[in-house]
Amino acid sequence: MSLRVEAGQIFGIVGYSGAGKSTLLRTVNALERPTGGRVRVGDVEISALAGRELHRARQRIGMIFQQFNLLRSRTVYKNIAYPLKLAGLGEAQILDRVEELLAFVGLSDKALSYPSQLSGGQKQRVGIARALANRPDVLISDESTSALDPQTTGEVLDLLRRANREYGTTILLVTHEMDVIREICDRVAVMQDGRVVEHGDVFDVFAHPQHPTTRRFVSSVLHHLPSDETLRRIRARHPGRLVQLDHAPDESSDPLVSRVARDHGVGLEVVYGGVGELQSRRFGSLTIEVSGAEPAVEAAIVDLVASGRAAEVTHA
Amino acid sequence: MRETDFGAFLPRLGDALLETLLMVTGAFLFAGIIGLLLGLLLYASRPGNLLENRVVFAVLNVVINVVRPVPFIIIAIAIIPFTRLLVGTSIGAGAAIVPLTLAAAVAVARIAESNLVAVDPGAVEAGFAMGAGPARVLFTIVVPEALGPLVLGFTYIVVALVDASAVAGVIGAGGLGDLAIRYGYQRFDTLVVVVIVVILIVLVQAAQLLGDRIARAVMH
Ligand SMILES: Nc1ncnc2c1ncn2[C@@H]1O[C@H](COP(=O)(O)OP(=O)(O)OP(=O)(O)O)[C@@H](O)[C@H]1O
Ligand SMILES: [Mg+2]
Repeated sequence: MSLRVEAGQIFGIVGYSGAGKSTLLRTVNALERPTGGRVRVGDVEISALAGRELHRARQRIGMIFQQFNLLRSRTVYKNIAYPLKLAGLGEAQILDRVEELLAFVGLSDKALSYPSQLSGGQKQRVGIARALANRPDVLISDESTSALDPQTTGEVLDLLRRANREYGTTILLVTHEMDVIREICDRVAVMQDGRVVEHGDVFDVFAHPQHPTTRRFVSSVLHHLPSDETLRRIRARHPGRLVQLDHAPDESSDPLVSRVARDHGVGLEVVYGGVGELQSRRFGSLTIEVSGAEPAVEAAIVDLVASGRAAEVTHA
Repeated sequence: MRETDFGAFLPRLGDALLETLLMVTGAFLFAGIIGLLLGLLLYASRPGNLLENRVVFAVLNVVINVVRPVPFIIIAIAIIPFTRLLVGTSIGAGAAIVPLTLAAAVAVARIAESNLVAVDPGAVEAGFAMGAGPARVLFTIVVPEALGPLVLGFTYIVVALVDASAVAGVIGAGGLGDLAIRYGYQRFDTLVVVVIVVILIVLVQAAQLLGDRIARAVMH
């Protein structure tokens, strides 16, 4: 597979359990070695490094974990100081930097606490502070919010977004939650069976998912597309032909629907759908039943499809 | 039963206590260091771990498994020539430190190994991800993370050494166990036996209390 993450991006990798997301992520800091191919971070070919050079390269790559992986025998302060010590900073510099990081993650009052005294969200914030300590170019995150409740997940994602904006840190994150992708990612790759089956701009992938796996992920968070099950129930109640219409991104109400209804004298009823926002663009789709005399229905559907935003629903 | 002659017994009791303390602390120090090193080596060389080395791991494993099940009294007798070579004599508390160290070191090795293995692999992985090398991970992450249980394991060894030192007494090491048997048991003097047993219990209690305290102080 070939995957390129541009500097400054937040890049998400999504896939079901066992898809190989962690394995791929861990090649980025060479915790895992590819059997073939190369992994480059900036202009360093990390997959070819060993020994001290590898250790130094890893100091430029922060990593956060699902289970936080803090050192329980050390205070919050000492946890964050650990990578700074590795990088050879003096005590005075370490003190300044740790205080700065604690302020950044909002835990200045917890410096002397031990990890066991913190909540999950606080632990992950310490994890983020630790990962950012040496001002890494890249931050990699393996399911860093999967052990957290939705509220805390939001706080952690906010923090990652701030790290990206304020420090310009490139973030590569792995998740099985499409919500996380929708919240903070610019680009996304979908993995299955050890391969990337689809990747692109988050908006494009959400708007036009190509691969069946992608479609399932998208519909898991955007409930505007009926599942096959739902579709069967809709069909039972609505005998007419169904059309799926993408919402025009920039219009508040859709003139197409009312125009087609008027021109062809057909009934258009929304039977399913939703409109929301994605990366601050309007986004969604409607499933519409077209009813009336047969030739008029056919003409209306042809007209709708010609808009480029609609397709007749033929399955289920 | 006969009257205990305290005038003669008390000085001997003091000597025996010192001999026991010498055996226990001496063997504990040597066995602690040797055993901890062996435990670290076992942990690090274990397949899949940070300095994986199948040969080292297999050899250590076999050696430890051979020594461990041998009863202490047999070890003590079997290595008499070695003890003589090392300290010039096989008699006395000083000489007893040699077999005590050997027996305790393999026990410490296993205790250390199992406590190190129990350290969260996530913490180890975080260390590597931050750019620490294997030795650094071993000494600044694995050992500190295992410190609490390690202290408790070492405490257990101190208690076992008090026990084994009494056995060593039988083959000429002196100490409280020897005194209990020669002065008390063989002369049918129950009081002497009771006094010595109480002292042993107090020693063990003190060691356990101290160990618990230290363990609690290092665990968070
Ligand atoms: N490209 C690949 N080549 C060979 N083996 C792979 C590849 N990708 C994944 N695997 C194997 O598949 C298994 C699962 O991979 P991995 O743990 O990365 O999945 P995951 O997507 O992170 O799953 P989860 O969501 O459960 O964490 C591992 O044993 C890994 O070795
Ligand atoms: Mg995984």
